[in-house]
Amino acid sequence: MALFSKLFAKIRSGSLSSQDWLELERSLIESDLGARSAHEVIELAKKVKGESLEDSVTEILETWLSAQDRTIANAPDRTTTILVVGVNGTGKTTSVAKLAQLLHSRGSSVMVAAADTFRAAAIEQLQTWGGRIGIPVVAGKAQGDPASVAFDAISQAISSNSNYLIIDTAGRLHTKSGLMDELEKIRRVVEKISPIDEVLLVVDATTGQNGITQAKTFAEKLHVTGLIATKMDGSTKGGIALAIERETGLPVKFVGTGEGIGDLQVFDSKRYLHGLISD
Amino acid sequence: MFDSLSSKFSSAFASLRKKGRIKSGDLTEILDEIRLALLDSDVALEVADSFIERINARTANSLDEINRGINPSQAVFDIVHEELVAILGGTARRIRYAKVAPTVILLTGLQGAGKTSLAGKLAKYLKDQGNTPILVASDLQRPNAVTQLQVVGESVGVPVFAPEPGNGIGDPVKVAKSGLAFAKDKQHNIVIVDTAGRLGVDAELMAQARNIRDAVNPDEVLFVVDAMIGQDAVKTAQAFLDGVGFDAVVLTKLDGDARGGAALSITEITGRPIMFAATGEKVGDFDLFYPDRMASRILGLGDVQTLAEQAKKAFDGESAAKLEEKFASGDSFTLDDFLSQLEAMKKMGSMTKLLGMLPGMNSGAMKKQLDNFDESELVRTQAIVQSMTPAERTDPKILNGSRRVRIAHGSGRQVSEVNSLVERFTQAQKVMKQMRNGGGLPAGMALPPGMALPPGAGKAPGGQKPPKKKSRSGNPAKRAASS
Ligand SMILES: Nc1nc2c(ncn2[C@@H]2O[C@H](COP(=O)(O)OP(=O)(O)O)[C@@H](O)[C@H]2O)c(=O)[nH]1
Ligand SMILES: [Mg+2]
Repeated sequence: MALFSKLFAKIRSGSLSSQDWLELERSLIESDLGARSAHEVIELAKKVKGESLEDSVTEILETWLSAQDRTIANAPDRTTTILVVGVNGTGKTTSVAKLAQLLHSRGSSVMVAAADTFRAAAIEQLQTWGGRIGIPVVAGKAQGDPASVAFDAISQAISSNSNYLIIDTAGRLHTKSGLMDELEKIRRVVEKISPIDEVLLVVDATTGQNGITQAKTFAEKLHVTGLIATKMDGSTKGGIALAIERETGLPVKFVGTGEGIGDLQVFDSKRYLHGLISD
Repeated sequence: MFDSLSSKFSSAFASLRKKGRIKSGDLTEILDEIRLALLDSDVALEVADSFIERINARTANSLDEINRGINPSQAVFDIVHEELVAILGGTARRIRYAKVAPTVILLTGLQGAGKTSLAGKLAKYLKDQGNTPILVASDLQRPNAVTQLQVVGESVGVPVFAPEPGNGIGDPVKVAKSGLAFAKDKQHNIVIVDTAGRLGVDAELMAQARNIRDAVNPDEVLFVVDAMIGQDAVKTAQAFLDGVGFDAVVLTKLDGDARGGAALSITEITGRPIMFAATGEKVGDFDLFYPDRMASRILGLGDVQTLAEQAKKAFDGESAAKLEEKFASGDSFTLDDFLSQLEAMKKMGSMTKLLGMLPGMNSGAMKKQLDNFDESELVRTQAIVQSMTPAERTDPKILNGSRRVRIAHGSGRQVSEVNSLVERFTQAQKVMKQMRNGGGLPAGMALPPGMALPPGAGKAPGGQKPPKKKSRSGNPAKRAASS
């Protein structure tokens, strides 16, 4: 389609019509940035004079990015604990495995905890990944208490001097307050022993505007420190990620780009924004 | 789902309703509002636009005629409703069974859409109707997808054909094919094939899906899609339609607050109807998809039909009839009856979910009341009644101070809560008597939780008011609390 490049070429020749602007707005809406935000970008961009359109749109979008630190926490002299949360099927377990692999490959010792005791075979799924990476997996019984799995895990991570503990949790819709309370309990129980350094919310990049509500609700309940946007290898441009950053101020720390263990990238805002406005 | 969409529609129409005659400027304004609401609800841009265009074409040209009618805003509303139903697929479609068994159902969709859970729910649903389904584990990609299907199959009592361990080992096409042969051999009348999630842009996996399809020649290919999906729904649905083809759609995770605009987009773009809706993580959280009901819900009309059906399911026929009879004959309604109602209500599932289906419940004030409703009150109330003796349940008048203290101890509640329950019950009894005598519900009076009338008795469910929080004031029995 190359809409933007077509339009960028037009603006250089100074012939951008209102129809062209409309087209631009439509392509932003279709990225899941949200209709109002898309409109806002266009109105702002129209006012910018003498710059390339691509640059001015990028600059506007950049102001919506989170200003928070995008690096993963690292406590130098104790176990760094990461809690991974999100709605059903977003890619939490896979992301836990990918992140474990990433940290492991950087030379850290990593342990993971299978605190999704609810979904059928979720424990086995994480155990399979753990086996592939070659890291310990702490697990309990299916349908058991997730908080006690997390408790066992943090105890074991500390006694074995593990650099990182990553806790996988069951998917839950943010609207289910009972299940949201369960996450808080996991957090409480772990923090009796050692602080949780990161709470990462996994969001499927194909999600529409509901992603904002998801992020807000999880952030209200838990001290979410960042996001993982998964499935960026699909046909979506993942505009919801920027919409969430704008609405919540939470930074995307990683993006998932496939089902393989290596398909996790550190979030690169330039690349992401470029992908959002080009095709 | 569609909550916010329906509240947007409600407010848009509320402003229209205030106007008697509709000018073309009003119409433009309201159509803009509806368009924005649709986009906020993740309806694909092109679908939202063509929807608005259709409404505009139908209304703008006939504004004079609309304005001559008794209720112009209602007429516009009806047009919007009709068009919504039209997009959502007209009448509900059911599974097409093969002329010669087994009927083969193939599940496809993106990663994480919920195919494996859905496989279990569908199997249970079909089994409950007297079929003998079998599940075939052709997702050999995602770690332990096979194990998951086995656990799910076991929990619903449906056999699972899983010759390969998965986790990257085995050929999904071969498994599907041998699964079908196995099903024929064992005379299963339905075969449900679970497949790995795949992206629309993944040409290789799309080809694999086609190969699985050709190996089993399915009677129904179902496209399973997460109700939370955004604008990409269109591209993905089109890719699956071109890649494997599908006959119908299943929407999952409808129990959240996703606005679910994808439902509109996919049916409009692909012309395929939505057949089922998954509404929770339990195997029973599954229902047929009703376009007309969903359209009503979008428009804030509520889903009275679903409510009535769930109520019917929850009250087993006999006890409902008994209650109805009692009600009609004027026998006094006892705490025992109350208890069985409570139990039935708990069976009906989440109170708020149910009440959300009622007309007008998605409007601001009602919604607030609903959000404030405390479900655990139902449980507490039940505990209190269960701690009463049969005699006390039949005749609450004998409940003196010491009995109330005993009940409070037994149920682990406060005496004041026992008092309040008894008071509310007595009041409800009065109300019922009054209604039976044709008085209707006194103004400003709401039935306490669990005091809903049995279906068929008196009013339609739509006529009931939402439960209010109990009031504790002015209770003469309060003295008992300090005794
Ligand atoms: N294409 C793609 N698929 C992914 C990605 N991350 C996870 N998945 C797939 O999404 C599905 C659900 O993942 P899972 O980790 O089980 O989700 P969970 O329920 O949140 O734990 C699986 O089929 C994964 O392979 C990603 O970045 N890209
Ligand atoms: Mg998981």
